[in-house]
Amino acid sequence: MSSEKAIAVQINGIGRELSAPANETLLDCLRRHGFFEVKSGCEKGDCGACAVQIDGEPVDSCLTLAWTVEGRSVTTLEGLNDTDNPHPLIAAFLEHGAVQCGYCTPGIMIAAEALLRETPEPSDDDIAIALSGNLCRCTGYTKIFAAIKQAGEVLRAGGNDD
Amino acid sequence: MLRDFELDMPADLQETLACLPGGTPLAGGTNLLVDLRARRESAERLVWLGNIDAFRDIKIEDGQAAIGGGTTVGDILRHPGMERAAPALVDCARVFGGQMVRNQATLAGNVCSGSPAADSVPPLLSLDAELCLASATQVRTIALDDFYTGFKKNRRSPDELVTGISWPVPGPNTANRFYKLARRKGDAITVVGVAVTVTRDGNTCTDARIALGAVAPTVFRAKEAEALIIGETLTEERVDEAAQKAKELSDPIDDLRASADYRRDMVQVLTRRLLNQAWQSLGEKEAGR
Repeated sequence: MSSEKAIAVQINGIGRELSAPANETLLDCLRRHGFFEVKSGCEKGDCGACAVQIDGEPVDSCLTLAWTVEGRSVTTLEGLNDTDNPHPLIAAFLEHGAVQCGYCTPGIMIAAEALLRETPEPSDDDIAIALSGNLCRCTGYTKIFAAIKQAGEVLRAGGNDD
Repeated sequence: MLRDFELDMPADLQETLACLPGGTPLAGGTNLLVDLRARRESAERLVWLGNIDAFRDIKIEDGQAAIGGGTTVGDILRHPGMERAAPALVDCARVFGGQMVRNQATLAGNVCSGSPAADSVPPLLSLDAELCLASATQVRTIALDDFYTGFKKNRRSPDELVTGISWPVPGPNTANRFYKLARRKGDAITVVGVAVTVTRDGNTCTDARIALGAVAPTVFRAKEAEALIIGETLTEERVDEAAQKAKELSDPIDDLRASADYRRDMVQVLTRRLLNQAWQSLGEKEAGR
């Protein structure tokens, strides 16, 4: 049996203690503790459904061991969905219909949020490079690209447009 | 669930090196965790490298670039000096895995995985990189060109860690390029990867390196092809000869991504294309002075 311990971690800005065995991935650990917005897809780093940010950098939680985020800050989709101040990506995805089954959406928003922080006015190429680790099998990406560009416009204009 | 293993979390480099005999280094985990899950890997003790101080530092000074053993592919993309210090490596970083994998995967890990399709290796070979290896008892450097001994085999001993990678920054008369041929740009395993370095003095190529990925048991330098262009003017004929030689030196396999014949042909096409682009870009620079 692998050893088990409790790790202290900030999740979406709130300090938590999560118990985890040494061989548990962050993906499994988060879902076991109720963070169901983190999705399990390929479990080998291809699809991006499990993406979360660690200290602001998107990573695949299926390829991250839970113990290795001790003392760090983890952001899941819910971290972008502050009820008072939702991230403009959320309204833009709704408006453009950039969601069909929705399974890839949490990971795409996590990847797109990091893109918009570094590149507020991304080109199609910038978006394609940023999303190359996120597979969507429903939408064909067109609406996702449009939504990300619109969210960028909203952010550049200084925040939410509602 | 992954199979059972223990996870050491040493606090610094010294502790890490003390853990390594009998432990498997865990950096980004983008190969190791996939292999553990697929039961291709059976390590019983992993050693997490994420706590080593300054392990992701990048230094570019005095004509030399040096990155720490924990530098990720994403770090390469975000560093403003890399565009000049390692053009081929930046070309590679853009099409390496996806954004999340780039933020996790380390260059040292990619080099040590030893896959013939490891995308950072042709650029690093084209830059004449060397590796710094440390164990609890010694530190040594080894040329990347001398590192591989066979398919997924290299000269790192189990108690050693790659603590850094360094290379000379290409001068203004040197062009350095990489092209990855794959079914899509990112998130795909390479069919053929080619990196070239060309140094031009007037109408003479004074130095050249050609590194080929995914077309032999290891990534390798096509030195006989390099020899055909060093000291020459890169006319269409010279470039064709070098590209033909690179093709002959390739020894690829058939697999689900491409046939061996296709790979050989693409080595020729891409070597020719990259040499021409490199040579011409330097010509334009000369004319523009």
